[in-house]
Amino acid sequence: MTAAEHPLRKHMRPHVTRTTTCPGCGIGTVSQAILRAVDSLGLSMDDFVFVAGIGCSAWIPTPLYNADTLHTTHGRPIAFATGVKASLPDKRVMVLSGDGDLSAIGGNHLIHAARRNIDLTVVLVNNSIYGMTGGQAAPTTPMNTRTVTSPYGFTEHAFDLSELVKAAGASYVARWTTAHPVQLSRAVKTGLEKKGFSFIEAVSQCPVQYGRASKLGSARAMIKRYKEISVPVKKASAMSPEELAGKLVVGEFQNVDKKEFTAALAEARAIAGGKN
Amino acid sequence: MPKPRVLTGNHFQIGNWACTEGALAAGCDFAAGYPITPASEVANFLAARLPEVGGVFIQSEDEISACCSAIGASWAGRRAMTVTSGPGISLMQESIGFAAATETPLVIVDVQRFGPSTGVPSVGLTADMVQVARGSHGDYQIIALAPNTPQAMFDIMIRAFDLAETYRTPVFVMADGFAGHMRERVSIPEAAALKVRGRKIAAPAATVLERTDFLDENVAPMPVFGLGLRAHVTSSCHDAHGMRNLSDPEVMHSYVTVPIKKILSHRDDIVRVEETRTDDAELIIISYGTVARCGIAALELARAENLPVGQLRLETCWPLPDREIEAAARKAAHLLVLENNMGQMLPYIRACVNGAAVVHFMGPEHLGQIQEPDAIVRVIREILS
Repeated sequence: MTAAEHPLRKHMRPHVTRTTTCPGCGIGTVSQAILRAVDSLGLSMDDFVFVAGIGCSAWIPTPLYNADTLHTTHGRPIAFATGVKASLPDKRVMVLSGDGDLSAIGGNHLIHAARRNIDLTVVLVNNSIYGMTGGQAAPTTPMNTRTVTSPYGFTEHAFDLSELVKAAGASYVARWTTAHPVQLSRAVKTGLEKKGFSFIEAVSQCPVQYGRASKLGSARAMIKRYKEISVPVKKASAMSPEELAGKLVVGEFQNVDKKEFTAALAEARAIAGGKN
Repeated sequence: MPKPRVLTGNHFQIGNWACTEGALAAGCDFAAGYPITPASEVANFLAARLPEVGGVFIQSEDEISACCSAIGASWAGRRAMTVTSGPGISLMQESIGFAAATETPLVIVDVQRFGPSTGVPSVGLTADMVQVARGSHGDYQIIALAPNTPQAMFDIMIRAFDLAETYRTPVFVMADGFAGHMRERVSIPEAAALKVRGRKIAAPAATVLERTDFLDENVAPMPVFGLGLRAHVTSSCHDAHGMRNLSDPEVMHSYVTVPIKKILSHRDDIVRVEETRTDDAELIIISYGTVARCGIAALELARAENLPVGQLRLETCWPLPDREIEAAARKAAHLLVLENNMGQMLPYIRACVNGAAVVHFMGPEHLGQIQEPDAIVRVIREILS
């Protein structure tokens, strides 16, 4: 008898047989949502270059995905990916990283890539904390949360990353949680089809670090809570700030078509008389 | 009609222009940069010229991004460069280590300026000589070349791309504000006369485990992106297949030592010096960059007084031309290290000499003003009297 193989296993490096995630981590759900999107578009891993930063979620494509993968320095995957995409405009370049990597140390690259509207698909796994380094507060940690670096409660306001990237000029912005794997996968698919900067914020549980800090507890409790606090974008638009307190707005924040950066570079080459 | 890639002919131009045309003549087709004095002209010229030859120029949001984008472009198969000055190099240091660790071909032009910190932007000082070699954390080896004229800024770009592509390594062009802004004759040869060795490209394999993509002292073929090679690239400790390995002591050892040996074991191909009248010299000036021209002027004045003076100009500064310096120390009783800084290369040069000659140092009398040949001759007279 041969062991049944998962239908998405074909997208993974055959010799990689284990992940580094903790029990209950949401990364498996996010990874599956990405690979389902790739599969549903009939794409091959050879159509992609995956670029990852530093942190737990950066370890999704490296070493798992059987594609060209670039594991970079902390905060810089979008900057590396910009050079890759500008050099290989026909390839799909996906950036996978976390909230600390992309919005704290790498925040400048995030907003400028969105402003340029370069055709990258960025999947940001937001677990509201620094997981890999042991539970420090992040720009996404809710105020007053006690973490190892905010033992008296976090003294800062949290970023709303989807609103930030929308304001910075991205073509496509969506936020879902690991309690919405189908919607999340669909958002990745839409992002991959969009010619422009696509940003998919995947709110994901880290029971080991954020579960402990927030006292939300287990993975199961955290996913249950995502379902309870999620409010669709459309419904949220009719709600007052007081009504939205403690809620998580999910859905499509932006979906527009505008000139994409590598297309603009090609136009500049045409004006200069260079070959395209 | 757009201008061709190689502007064959004689030009009266500044060094930063020559640097740009050298990059194009070397086949550069990607550059990213951020405005900074005294390097801005190179980025400005590249922004105009690269699209004409089908290349890409990106003005990045900062120097960190510029260096990262150039590394990404190199992995995507481009001949990539970035250009900046001291403060930009400081910001790029982390990514420079990344390029060294991932064995990425990359040319970084540093039109050096007066520092530390924001210093004096428009005044040339070769103030980054050590930071380009030792500035990123960890143990690694890069290549650095120092041009002394606008013509050399053209020529050295050809060599920089040749070495970067051949050895899969970051190569620095250590210009300074003087060479960058000086206007002189620049002769560009026919395209056919310019030779840049290209990188070796990896072959397809079932998995990366069947291929050596990294950690070969004789340079592993590069698994360039976009060719279906399914490369695994990480600057974290990795094995010869590029797979991350943070626990095997053998892998940890080779991850650091092999890329260093890769450069040092090919030093004969990499190291170039220019010797002027060293054979009968009792004093040899050791210099590099623009100030080496003051060294030659002083040498001629001294020779007119029958003072036996020679010069060893380091075109390659890293890896340090240790054997050439040692040989000079055996020829001459006195070495005069002439640097346009407070003596950045001096301790390294002294270590190569190892007591075989008396080592003297002369920096500018006033930092920011390059040494006067007459002043150098006065120092030479004193040493030889």
